[in-house]
Amino acid sequence: MVTPMATEKSPPRILAAADLDLLIQALRSAGYRVVGPVLADQAIVYDEIAGADDLPQGWTDEQEKGFYRLRRRHDPAYFGYAVGPHSWKKYLHPPRRQVWRAHQSNGNLEIELPAEDSQATAFLGVRSCELHAIAIQDRVFLTGRYPNGSYQNRRQKVFTVSVNCTSAAATCFCQSMNTGPAVDLDCDLEMTEIVNAGEHYFLVRSGSDSGEAILKQLPLLPATADQTEGEAAAIDNAVQQMKNGPRSFDSSDLQSLLYRNYDSPAWDQVADRCLSCANCTMACPTCFCTTVEDTTDLSGQHAERWERWDSCFTGDFSHVHGGAIRPGTRSRYRQWLTHKLATWIDQFGSSGCVGCGRCIAWCPVGIDLTEEVKRIRELEQS
Amino acid sequence: MTTPDIYRVDQRTEEYPGTFTLAISPRENSAPGNEATGTVAQAAAARATGAQQNESCQSFQPGQFNMLYVFGAGEVPISMSGAAGSGNGYIHTIRSLGAVTQGLERLRQGDPLGVRGPFGSGWPLAETAGRQVLIIAGGLGLAPLRPAIYHLLNPGANSGETMASRVSLFYGARTPAEMLYRRELEDWSRDIEVHTTVDSADQAWAGHVGVVTSLLSTTAIDPEQTIAFICGPEIMMRFSIQELIRRGVPTTAIYISMERNMKCATGHCGHCQWGPNFICRDGPVFRYGDIASWFSIREL
Repeated sequence: MVTPMATEKSPPRILAAADLDLLIQALRSAGYRVVGPVLADQAIVYDEIAGADDLPQGWTDEQEKGFYRLRRRHDPAYFGYAVGPHSWKKYLHPPRRQVWRAHQSNGNLEIELPAEDSQATAFLGVRSCELHAIAIQDRVFLTGRYPNGSYQNRRQKVFTVSVNCTSAAATCFCQSMNTGPAVDLDCDLEMTEIVNAGEHYFLVRSGSDSGEAILKQLPLLPATADQTEGEAAAIDNAVQQMKNGPRSFDSSDLQSLLYRNYDSPAWDQVADRCLSCANCTMACPTCFCTTVEDTTDLSGQHAERWERWDSCFTGDFSHVHGGAIRPGTRSRYRQWLTHKLATWIDQFGSSGCVGCGRCIAWCPVGIDLTEEVKRIRELEQS
Repeated sequence: MTTPDIYRVDQRTEEYPGTFTLAISPRENSAPGNEATGTVAQAAAARATGAQQNESCQSFQPGQFNMLYVFGAGEVPISMSGAAGSGNGYIHTIRSLGAVTQGLERLRQGDPLGVRGPFGSGWPLAETAGRQVLIIAGGLGLAPLRPAIYHLLNPGANSGETMASRVSLFYGARTPAEMLYRRELEDWSRDIEVHTTVDSADQAWAGHVGVVTSLLSTTAIDPEQTIAFICGPEIMMRFSIQELIRRGVPTTAIYISMERNMKCATGHCGHCQWGPNFICRDGPVFRYGDIASWFSIREL
C-alpha cells in the first residue's frame, strides 16, 4: 500500500538549465547541506555538492545484471542516468552510528546518548523509486510502539528535490512495482529535465511551503502547454522502456506465490550461484537490518556501542546457541527474497522492493531478482 | 534505541554450574559527584528520570523479557523468571554461553548492569480461568514459565480473577543436577501437579527417565478445557505440540515461547525475523494456531 500524494503540487514553472546552480545556492543559503549525485570510483554516487558543476553532467550509466559502466552522453543532461550503488539510506540510516557511550568506575555505571548530527540536509535528484524507499524506511523506523528517535531526528531535517525519470536503465522495474517512474509521493520540489535540440530546461513544482520559498528566489517562467505535454511524453518514454524491457512482470500476487513456495527447488538453484556476499542488501535502499558492536578502551572504564548495517546473508545474523538458524545460502537467499517481496507486506503494509534494480546490477554473479521470481513461478507450474 | 536504565545485583544464586539467577533492582542514587557538576535543571531531570525508572520496572507480563547490558560486552535478551508485580526489581535466570552471559555470570552483589525492557508478549494468563493448564518446560525453559506458575499459584493477588481448574507442570531436564528450582518444585507439588523427568539419571534419581512428552502421554487431558504453555528447545516444543494435538487439544489453546538472535528488541535490527513475525515484538509468546505454518518451515 503506497501512501497517496497528500500535498497538491504547484503548477509547473520553467527553470533554465543554466540556472540550476541558483537552486543549489538557494538551498545552501537556506542552511541546507546539499547532497546529490557525483562521479566517484567510476560510478555515480551521492555526496555533498557545492554547486551544479559537481553534478555528473553529460554522463549516463549502462546497467545489466552484474554490470555497471559510466558512458558519455551526447547531450549536457544533468540527471541523464538511473540510480547507482548508493542510496539516500546512507544519510537517513547511516552505515555506522554510535548508539551510546558507557562509563564504569568505582562500581558505578553511567550510560549516555551521543550528540546527534543536527544538520539539515537537502537531497537533490531523488527518483520516484527512492522516494518510495524512504517512505518504506519511514514505516520501518517511525511506526509502531518503538519509533526510532535517531532516524526521526535525521528524517525531519531533510528537504527533498525529486527528479522524474525520463529514461530507464535495463535493470529498472519500478513500473512493475508501481513505484515510478513519475514522482507520486510528497517532496519539497519536483523537477523534470528536458534536453531537446537547442533547449535545456527543468519543469519545477513545489510541494511544500519551504519548497515554494526556494522557488521564489529563482528566475522562473510559466510553463507552456507544449512544455507540459513534452514532460509527460518524456516520462512516458521511461514507462515504455520498462514495459518493453525484459524485467516487466506482474507483481500483484508475489506474496501468495512466495508463501506457497518455501520448498521450491529454485532456492537450491540460486544457492548454487549466490556468494552470500551481502552486496544486494548493502545496495538495497530499503534493507534496514543492523547489528551492534560493543567495545571498551584500554583503561577498561569507557565503552561504546555502535550500530552498523548487517545483512541476512551473514552467518552471524541468525546465530543462536547451537549454531545459525539459517546455516546455508539457500535459507539466507530465501529469507532475503521472501522478506523483500512477501513478509514485508505483513510487517509494514507494502512490498519492500521499489524496483530500482540495484541488487541486480551490483550482484557480482548477476543474480536477478525478477528472474528468480519467474523461475519460482515456472517451477511451481511444471 | 534508548539507553538502558542502571540496575544493581541484589542477590546472586548459583542454580548449577554455569547457570545462575540474578535478583536486580534499580540503582537508588546516581553516581556520587554526578549531580554536583550539573545544573539545577539537570539534577531535577535526573531525579525525574530516576522516578520513572522505579515506576517502569514494577510490572511486567509473565513471559516477557529484558535486554540486559554488561558494560563493554553487549546485551542479551533474558526472560523474567521472578514474580510479576512484586517489589521494584526483576529476577533473571541465565545460562552462561556467550560473551555477554559470561559477563553476567561474573557479576556479584552490588555490581551494576544496564536494563532495557520489558519487551514482547506474555503468557495469556487471563485465559486460564476455569481451565486445565498444562505447563510444559524443557531445561532452562522453566525460567520464563516460573512467573506464570507464581501467578497460577496465587491468583488472589490479581483482583477478581478466577482460578484455573487444574494446573499441571511437566518439566524435563537433561540431568537431575541441571534441574532448575528443585526446592520450589517440591513446594509447588503441594498445590499443583508437578511431573519431572530427566534425560539421564544419576544414582540418587528415583524419578522418571525419558523425554517430557512421555510424561504427557500418561496424563488425563480434557482437550476442550485445556490450555498449554510450552517453553524449551524447539525440538521439545515440536514433539509436545504433536502430542497435544494427538490428544485433541486445539491449536488455538497451545502457546509457545520462541527464541532467536536479537540485537534491538524493538523490531528494527531485523535479526529475530521469523516469517512475517518479529520475535521481539510479536512474540516471544505466540499462540500456536497463529504461527503453525511458520513453525513447520525449517531454517526459516
